[in-house]
Amino acid sequence: MWQALYAEVKHEAFVIIAVAEESRGAATAREWIELGKPTYPVLIDTQHRVADLYNMVNVPQAVWIDEHGQIVRPAETAGAHDAWRARNRADGTLPESAATLAAQAKQTYMDAVRDWALHGAQSRHAYTPAQTRAHLALPGDNVALANANFRLGVHLRHSGNNEEGDALMMTASKLRPESWNIYRQAMNLREVGPMGFAADEAFFARVDELGAGRYYPPPDIEGFPAELGFEPTA
Amino acid sequence: MITVLSDAGTAIVEARHGRASGDDLWLHNDAVLAASGWTLKPEGLCQGEICVPVPRTDATQYLDGGEVNIAAFWRLLGRPVLHDRAGSNWVLGAAAGERATTLTSLKAPDFELPDIDGQQHKLSDYLGKRVFLTTWSSW
Repeated sequence: MWQALYAEVKHEAFVIIAVAEESRGAATAREWIELGKPTYPVLIDTQHRVADLYNMVNVPQAVWIDEHGQIVRPAETAGAHDAWRARNRADGTLPESAATLAAQAKQTYMDAVRDWALHGAQSRHAYTPAQTRAHLALPGDNVALANANFRLGVHLRHSGNNEEGDALMMTASKLRPESWNIYRQAMNLREVGPMGFAADEAFFARVDELGAGRYYPPPDIEGFPAELGFEPTA
Repeated sequence: MITVLSDAGTAIVEARHGRASGDDLWLHNDAVLAASGWTLKPEGLCQGEICVPVPRTDATQYLDGGEVNIAAFWRLLGRPVLHDRAGSNWVLGAAAGERATTLTSLKAPDFELPDIDGQQHKLSDYLGKRVFLTTWSSW
């Protein structure tokens, strides 16, 4: 997704690190990585350590970190938009208006990343410390416990103890229902769906329950489309 | 053999260096650092400059000869401790308040992860560059 931007920017002071929140491990990530042929590092995070450390709840999300190791934009949706929810589930088609909205969202976010990649602190998209803190979502005790359950669950699954592993991941998802990372990874570890990922009826029912709420909360970037792109059913 | 997952990474503790007893995890002093990132000092259990004194009233719940009950210390610090039924796999989790303090400091928390060829990368290897840290998945 980011290779074209990375190749275009080619700035010596800019790097992309793409982290695969992928509990199935490198073998599963490999085919996706080989498709995109990225020239930046792609790391495999089986235990979702990055999501834990940066309080992320979905993919794709991103954090901007400056030359001094300071966060200048905390975790936020990285170029995705809820317009995908307008997709017809019977035939897979996406209404043109929704496709336009999704493309506009992606372009707006990419433009912001490019601007920062080239101009660093001079970019209007790099937050001041006060702005960064104002945009931070901080974890509660339920999150700390959910992450511990999730981590042990993934580890037990890797050790072949699926029964206990699955139970721990279900507990993690109940403790932190707003984390799509936890929910979808847990579902995916149980069974890879017919579409190659965990998108079954239960998943769509969960998405529909969001109603006008967001699957991908929009980032605070001027020009980023604010509308949902469809009429929510719930 | 006991596996301990914490912010310090994944540690394998040999049977002679650790034993689980219910919700308690007793580790030999030598095994504590790798398993938790903390070390036992005369002042208490320490990580860098921070030390947690051993509670005086029920010290034997925390220390016993050359062993440290790391799970009891973890609970004392308000952090999540989990283990499987067999007591052979443990997570020493981070407290929400610690994560919140780190994030609020705005210093990007470091991590180390492998790429698909198994080569390890640390976020801190990229100091001096602007890092666009992004996530994705196959699911």
